[in-house]
Amino acid sequence: MATAANLPPVVAAEAAPGAEKVESIRGKRGNREGRAKLSVPLTVLMWLIAAVYALPLLWFLLSSFKPGSELFSYPLSMLPREWTFQGFVDAWERVDFAQYFLNTATVAIVTTLLTVFFSACTGYALAKYNNKGTRLFFVCILATTMLPTEVILNPTFSVIRDLGLYNSLAGIIVPSVLTATGVFMFRQFFLTVPDDLLHSARIDGASELAIFFRIMLPLSRPILFTLAIFSFQWRWNDYIWPLIVLNDPKWYTLQLALRSIVGAENIDWPVLLGASVISILPLVLVFFVFQKYVLNADVSAGLKD
Amino acid sequence: MTTTVAPGAPGKGALGTKSQQKRRNRYVIAPLILIGVNVVLFLVFFVWPGALGLLYSFTDYRGVGKLNFIGLANFQKLFADGTFYAALGRTFVYTVLSVPLVYVCSLGVAALLVSKAVRGRTAAKIVIFLPWLISPIVVGVIWKWLFGQDFGFVNFIISTLGGSPVPWSSNGNLALTVVIFASAWGGTAFNMLLFIAALKNIPEALLEAAELDGANAWQRFLNVTLPGIAPTSFMVILLSTIHAMKEFAMIQALTNGGPGTENTLIVQYIYKTGFEQSKVGYASAASMVLMVVLLAIALIQLRFNRKKG
Repeated sequence: MATAANLPPVVAAEAAPGAEKVESIRGKRGNREGRAKLSVPLTVLMWLIAAVYALPLLWFLLSSFKPGSELFSYPLSMLPREWTFQGFVDAWERVDFAQYFLNTATVAIVTTLLTVFFSACTGYALAKYNNKGTRLFFVCILATTMLPTEVILNPTFSVIRDLGLYNSLAGIIVPSVLTATGVFMFRQFFLTVPDDLLHSARIDGASELAIFFRIMLPLSRPILFTLAIFSFQWRWNDYIWPLIVLNDPKWYTLQLALRSIVGAENIDWPVLLGASVISILPLVLVFFVFQKYVLNADVSAGLKD
Repeated sequence: MTTTVAPGAPGKGALGTKSQQKRRNRYVIAPLILIGVNVVLFLVFFVWPGALGLLYSFTDYRGVGKLNFIGLANFQKLFADGTFYAALGRTFVYTVLSVPLVYVCSLGVAALLVSKAVRGRTAAKIVIFLPWLISPIVVGVIWKWLFGQDFGFVNFIISTLGGSPVPWSSNGNLALTVVIFASAWGGTAFNMLLFIAALKNIPEALLEAAELDGANAWQRFLNVTLPGIAPTSFMVILLSTIHAMKEFAMIQALTNGGPGTENTLIVQYIYKTGFEQSKVGYASAASMVLMVVLLAIALIQLRFNRKKG
């Protein structure tokens, strides 16, 4: 697989320190002047792009604070003329949102815990034991990225039904535990852990599983957090699994509920906007707390789910 | 796979004592325990439905009752079905247009975000990353709201500037354009992270050397940066292509395949025939075609990588 992590590390930077020094004195001066000249237009460009990216979200957020009558009255104004929380209140009360919220949270949290744990186990085994079995399973995991659920909707439904998981939250949780991304992230990480650590623990008489749980798992903390956030986002925002597994509205997740509002003949926009904003909040919260595990993560090891 | 612990090769001779045998077992059993759960999940939720799908595609199964084999009839019907071609064709159009846009957006943003000349990079990074948090359904809602035909912000601006409102939802091509914009907006964040990681791995000395040799910024980008991030580029293109081919949730919320069925993409077509009309056998045949297409895309990518490696 082509990942950035497979690229050779930054060796060239240290290649010729002597030659570089001379260059860098000359280069730096030129660079600095060039940078100063470029700084303003590049910064302006960056922030223009950021503004373009922020606009849809901003318009959507501000609209959710407008009363229903103001949503469709021309001329539109960016800021609400009259601020109101009515849309949120309506969404929360009328659509049984508390229940959907709870369902979604249950699925996202339980699946995330299971995904992180089993991905760590599998990733470790694939990185540190090289036998026919692990090699074969590595190829199998790779194959799952080529066979997304979207391609096998009907047979997946049959399997869920035959296992008695239809119309239950377990039916969304269990199949989502295995993700190629998670396994690859951990595998990539454990490949970088030196084998000496493993050898010396073995010489000290630790059992294989003890080595994993006592030494290796604690070492992988950063990856653990990164995958946890990824997994939480995937499950919170997932649409396709709930769609095929759940039938009874009492088990609906937020995404299904939102889809039923937006799919209606006459869309109730105030409720839809309020409900959508509420559905985003938990993820925004998680993101701002654990930001560094996402933004600084070397995500190149994994794949997008 | 570079650093793997090789368990003692079997049959080393007379010294293959009991303790060695025991250790060998350890090296086989421990990983088996570790991968056990995922192996079971793989068999139950990938191999089983995959095989079942193949089986269904040769039957006229409708969700209940016995499997009735009809040979290749589903495929014959499928290859003569205009709506199937329309859906597949529209999916290709969507993929061909949205993947380059996502690629250019995420690489451009990433390049700006690693450039030391830009001020306030952390804040800009967070702003551009925010769409990653938003589910495909809500992305659809946001863009539907922004591009509403009668009450949308974009049409309001256009008419304020003196233009006439654009039929964003009743014209098929314009509706697809909005979908493509929305997919670029939602897809930039993650790919941007991949590119940032790759760009930071390019040795600065290489760029400085190129600068001393008189290469301008664009030449440096073209001849040093772009080759340096080639593996990441391939990965982003492959992932975005697969993602675009199976686009479903966002379109469900944004246009629901509309106007009419003009923008029905392939997964939505499969869902409609398989679940709403419960033609399971027929939908499975369509799924198999999609799977072959995805496989072909993956193989082409693999070929590219081989050539380079």
